[in-house]
Amino acid sequence: MTAFKTTSVEVRLPSRMGFEKVAMSTAASVAKLMGFKEDRIEDLKTAVAEACINAIEHGNRLNEKLSVGVVLSTTGDSLEVKVIDDGKGMKKQPTKPDIDRKMHGEEDPRGMGMFLIQALVDEAEWVAGANGKSSYVRLVIRLDKEADPDGE
Amino acid sequence: MQSETKSKVEQLISPAGHPVTVLRFEGDIASTSKEAVLGTYQGLSKETVKLILLDFTKVDYINSSGIALVIQLLMEAANHAQKICAFGLSPHFTKVFTMVGITKYAGLFPSQTEAMAAL
Repeated sequence: MTAFKTTSVEVRLPSRMGFEKVAMSTAASVAKLMGFKEDRIEDLKTAVAEACINAIEHGNRLNEKLSVGVVLSTTGDSLEVKVIDDGKGMKKQPTKPDIDRKMHGEEDPRGMGMFLIQALVDEAEWVAGANGKSSYVRLVIRLDKEADPDGE
Repeated sequence: MQSETKSKVEQLISPAGHPVTVLRFEGDIASTSKEAVLGTYQGLSKETVKLILLDFTKVDYINSSGIALVIQLLMEAANHAQKICAFGLSPHFTKVFTMVGITKYAGLFPSQTEAMAAL
């Protein structure tokens, strides 16, 4: 497949729940133009939505005066998505949800967003911004993941 | 921005002759869906309703807050000896529900017919 021309798309979202769907749709459109398969686009949509929800809710604390930046960059056969907020960044690493603990009330039923992000894309990293602002999560999804002989 | 979650309740009889209550959802399932998901479930009798199907056929978007509501529903159902199955999830959300472990507490089926046959 011909490598997709390097390009960048930026979206700014208000810190209001529901607007993550604008980022989802934009990411899906870019991924479709790049030739991603439908199942990978669905993975990307969920990962981008969860990253935006975290940015809106935890990063910007639902403060509508702050916006969430979403930068989509295509490089060769990969799509990178940065979701930027004005929070201090995530201190914890994603952990796999324990459904038994959740069902027994020993673990919050919520708190699965970071796990889903990490599980659905090829790379995910959380970066705390300098001076406790402009933190971001960076996601990367690659074309033809199935074709990789190492399965990575 | 989020599409309102609608829900309705329907009573059916399984092929094995058991009464089954179907909760049909429509729209997005997110943090704003508490009343539609948990409220609708909590309106059912804990004494007489023992088999429940969740219909996601008309649901396009489920986020982690929506999944958390489903887990809360499963918790309450487990505490009242109610059996829950779900159908109509897209292949993607079937994968997501499986990844977070929901399949340990609720059977997932492609269609209502297959879900009813399992009850």
